[in-house]
Amino acid sequence: MECFIGIDLGSTTTKAVALDSQGRMLGRGITNSRSNYDVAAQVARQEALTNVRFEMLSRALRAEGRFADAAEGLEAWLLAGYRHECFLGALTRLEDHCRRDLENPRFDSDRYTMNDALERIFKGIRADAAAAYTPGAASRSDFFRDLAGASFTAHAAEVSRQGGPAFDRLVGLFDRNIIPVENETETRSFQHLLMAGYRRAPDDLRQDDDALSRLLETAATAPLTEVRTVGTGYGRVRLPFPKECIRSEILCHGLGAHLMFPATRTVLDIGGQDTKAIQVDENGVVTSFQMNDRCAAGCGRYLGYIADEMNIGLHELGPLAMGARRRVKINSTCTVFAGAEFRDRLAAGQAREDIVAGLHRAIILRAMSLLARSGGIRNEFTFTGGVARNPAAVKALREVAEENYGGLTLNIAPDSIYTGAVGAATFALRDVVGAATTQEAA
Amino acid sequence: MSTATEQSKVDALVSRAQALYEDVSFESVRRWKGQSECRKAIGFLPIYAPREVIHAAGALPVGILGGGDQLEIVRGDSFFQSYICHLPRSVVEMAVSGRLDAMDGFLFPSICDVIRNLSGMFQMLLAGKYVHYLDLPQNFDSELGGEFYRTELHAIADAVGALTGTRVTDSRLRGSIALYNQNRRAIQELLQLRTEQPWLVPTTEYYLLLRAGYLLPVDQHTALIDEYLQAVPHAGRRPLDNIRVLIRGAFCEQPPLALLRTLERAGCYVVDDDFVLGSRFIPRQLDETGDPWTALVEGFTRHSVSTASKYDEANTKGEDLVSLVRAVRADGVLLMAPSFCDPALLDQPMLQSALDKAGIPFTSFKYSEDTGQFQVIREQAGTFADAIKLWGKA
Amino acid sequence: MTAQAIKDQSQERQKQMLSDYFDSLAHAKENGRKVVYTFVPGNLTELIANFDLLPVLPEINALQNGMRGRTGDFIHAAEKSGHSEDVCTYVKADIGMLKAGNMGPTGQPLPKPDMLLLSYTGCFTFLKWFELLRKEYADCPVVMLHVPYQGDGHVTPQMRKYVADQIRDKVIPALEKLSGRKFDPDKLKRDLKRSSVAEDDLVWVLESARHKPSPIDAYFGGVYYIGPIFTAFRGTQDAVDYYQLLRSEIEERIRLGLGPVTPEGNLGEEKYRIVTEGPPNWTSFREFWRMFYSEGAVVVASTYTKVGGLYDRGFRHDPANPIETLADYCMGCYTNLSLPERINLIESYMNEYQADGLLINSVKSCNSFSAGQLLILREIEKRTGKPGGFIESDLVDPRYFSAANIKNRLESYFQMIEARRGRA
Repeated sequence: MECFIGIDLGSTTTKAVALDSQGRMLGRGITNSRSNYDVAAQVARQEALTNVRFEMLSRALRAEGRFADAAEGLEAWLLAGYRHECFLGALTRLEDHCRRDLENPRFDSDRYTMNDALERIFKGIRADAAAAYTPGAASRSDFFRDLAGASFTAHAAEVSRQGGPAFDRLVGLFDRNIIPVENETETRSFQHLLMAGYRRAPDDLRQDDDALSRLLETAATAPLTEVRTVGTGYGRVRLPFPKECIRSEILCHGLGAHLMFPATRTVLDIGGQDTKAIQVDENGVVTSFQMNDRCAAGCGRYLGYIADEMNIGLHELGPLAMGARRRVKINSTCTVFAGAEFRDRLAAGQAREDIVAGLHRAIILRAMSLLARSGGIRNEFTFTGGVARNPAAVKALREVAEENYGGLTLNIAPDSIYTGAVGAATFALRDVVGAATTQEAA
Repeated sequence: MSTATEQSKVDALVSRAQALYEDVSFESVRRWKGQSECRKAIGFLPIYAPREVIHAAGALPVGILGGGDQLEIVRGDSFFQSYICHLPRSVVEMAVSGRLDAMDGFLFPSICDVIRNLSGMFQMLLAGKYVHYLDLPQNFDSELGGEFYRTELHAIADAVGALTGTRVTDSRLRGSIALYNQNRRAIQELLQLRTEQPWLVPTTEYYLLLRAGYLLPVDQHTALIDEYLQAVPHAGRRPLDNIRVLIRGAFCEQPPLALLRTLERAGCYVVDDDFVLGSRFIPRQLDETGDPWTALVEGFTRHSVSTASKYDEANTKGEDLVSLVRAVRADGVLLMAPSFCDPALLDQPMLQSALDKAGIPFTSFKYSEDTGQFQVIREQAGTFADAIKLWGKA
Repeated sequence: MTAQAIKDQSQERQKQMLSDYFDSLAHAKENGRKVVYTFVPGNLTELIANFDLLPVLPEINALQNGMRGRTGDFIHAAEKSGHSEDVCTYVKADIGMLKAGNMGPTGQPLPKPDMLLLSYTGCFTFLKWFELLRKEYADCPVVMLHVPYQGDGHVTPQMRKYVADQIRDKVIPALEKLSGRKFDPDKLKRDLKRSSVAEDDLVWVLESARHKPSPIDAYFGGVYYIGPIFTAFRGTQDAVDYYQLLRSEIEERIRLGLGPVTPEGNLGEEKYRIVTEGPPNWTSFREFWRMFYSEGAVVVASTYTKVGGLYDRGFRHDPANPIETLADYCMGCYTNLSLPERINLIESYMNEYQADGLLINSVKSCNSFSAGQLLILREIEKRTGKPGGFIESDLVDPRYFSAANIKNRLESYFQMIEARRGRA
């Protein structure tokens, strides 16, 4: 199958999207951006292509009458098994790195106890993983760093409490060695990983049937041709792509929003470290844009600081603010002062919910100023980025937008994180299709 | 007279002033204009505008000092980069949201590049309104800067007079000067009382009284201050163990009221400052009998106070500050400047070195009109006050 | 002769002029020459020369130091001594240089001022700058020349009279007293005549950018072209010769159909024709320039190259009215224009130079330029229908040049122009 790939290398996450030659979404993948952008791009692309193969597999299973009934359960097990296998591979590499690290002379005095502790920690992580990678198990993250990190920390604490080495020493080992692991990519083939997952599925799903094996093999080995890849995002200049395969994230984002909501005229994207206001025409061509200045005030990161200050998860902040009863006016969206302002107001007797709602309104007001700079808000208005998943931010945006620009259709896609990558993949497709059209004309 | 009665009189006067201060839509000006068809209002920005000329043309001069911490900025920010001070954001917010509709014209005195360019922005945003950049002379020679300023005054008189249909005659202008002389007299008395017995005149009250003068017709403002001056000595107020400070740098963007309160709670009596400086830019009485234009010209070129936006021709600003500190018996100086305020911040090193040389304690911090957190300032001012109390006075 | 060599001739010439100038400053005191510090916008170079005095232009020192990577330390030193982080970095770079021994950009010592001529045109910071310098140079006299702002969009007869009177009654007597020489009106007329000859050639060079492709870059190249006439050389034969040479080089480039010279040779295809507003960044000047020429972007007109005079709108120093012409010159500099007039000027550049867009480089230091630029951007977009771009940096503070950030925006901007073209 022919694939057109878009990769959006953002400051916190890297996204990849694969389209077919009709522009339909085949698959997508996401990973955390890391010190090595090249690897981040490769991992995201691999994730997207994996996604494509699972999609092909799903279509094939459902097309084959005999498997159709069990398809859903089988797919879930295959995916869980596949991911489990990938996780175990990375975990083994992590363990190898940690063991090698212990050969360093600074561990001369406690190498034995450290090795012993590692043994117990990794055993614990593997047990956790077996439970985590079953269909339907809830997960807070898909990224190896997050999953392995949480599990490692929990077991290290336990080992330390039971008289093992100091907790800090153990966690230090993780922190040092996760970096090289993140910068390595999976070398085993899709087929290998898929079959390993298959073997792990319950017996009743594993029909000993040549047809099913063949079907799996076909899905695993069918050629996927990456016709063209376009890179975008803040880190795009560091992608090892030729210049003509790199597009500005603004253009990609505008086009992506247009593809998701074709009537879009204004796009607001609030990400972790930057905010963009983009105006597009009826074809998704960017006509004007504005980005926040060097100061990150009013970006998603600001909410992150507040969540840290309150010692709650970022995703809990929005729901908390939804409980506000009074409007509190917050003037500063400076990340440096965020914590101090929050404490000051609590001390002054204001309610947590009200303050947090005020903070949401404050960042939306910052965004309004960028929107005004770019030419205002025109209907339809599409809101994307991590902050678009926060209900209090959406509520504040809806209010402020209506107060200033009247009634509007506000679009929010649940998967808006892929907006830039969708735009990039579409540019990849148009580059080729456009070129073909030109050749025909000539 | 019981102290309680006098205190409630004071409270009533202050709450009247506070209501005016909190009115960011200039409802009081709208009401004043509503009394007659031909009434006009002319807004002016910091620091100084010759209000007598506006008054003589039959218009109400209205000081525009920004939106403080009350105004939510929705569109104002979209006009300014992050490294520009806050005042123009709230002023533009007021303009584009219709809050300044009561004004029939605007004067933008020459104090810095931001206010200067704001005049051009107003010409664009409020096309059709009278918007004039008032180029106050930096050459104080009466034949040069003085003559130039005289033409400026006439131009303003003609333009505002055309709006109101009232020609500014010499006698009308003399009358206005006389009214403003009364106001200057009242303000000087307030300043003097505050300097002598600062516990009688809390900074927030003093500040609100001055601010009222930027909205009320001049005679009403004079009466307000006079009533306050009569009542407040009998309101039963007692001195606290506070230090006496002099404040410099707040001549344009104004500190929020909560910041002034913070300073007082931190143990500082403010005995001199440059808040609302335009209301006392010429601290002495102007001639009411001769050529009124000359009176205004000389008032500015020869008798106006020193401030960062005015060229220090005599090269004595440091020494002058030191003498003033001694004259008002200040224990120390707070150099408080709005963030990104070029004139105030560029002035600071010169003031600091003069204070250093004279052994006068000082501390400096930045604020903005919508500062919402005072913890740092509270600690800084408190430490400053404690240090002076402990280690002695200047 | 190759184009590169032709270019080198005028550039070499300018380099030599500048180096001779800094030499003369370094030896001013031993040669008994007195020194007047003054600012570029509204400078009275011919008048200073009339008394055989040497001008020193602190902004030029700051920007030259910026290009040589020296300003970061200077600014740091000034901030350590109590100057705010928020204010103009030209001032801090100057104060920092002074504190570090006042060695100029060429590494030679700069002479102390014998007078500070505060011809303050279009910038309030100038006033504070010389108040600060006066403190550093204890007894140095300051002469204030107040140049009124074109607040209502034009120069009135009263404004002209005010400035001319100050020049006659304040500036000239002060210069006479300092130099011990009598004012020589005939020499002033001769020098003003030479100024106007050089100004003609400068305008010709700037307007050559109307050609397609443009033979010059009117911003990155432009800052070199304006060098002599904006500074110590206006009114000299050196300047006349330089501009003749420059003009002949550009004529040759047009004949050969060449684009602008860049630090990496001739520009290839001219892909974008841009008008810029705002000063360039000096600390990363080359890198900033590369972000343009590597994308095929050429600046065809810029407002920055008008800070020392709006010659392309017709002004010439007029020997027939020597004092009034100096007054008009002072008041006519770009930063002394009202905001609506700046917008009108940029709009006419967009049209006359057939530009694809307006790019604003908003510098933190300079409120005279920066306050109101976002309104300018919106208004120009509205009037011309061409896209505007907005980036932020600083004059000489290396902390405020975020290369990745600026490159990201510039690329997005150029690609947007391209995409919108495809649509049309």
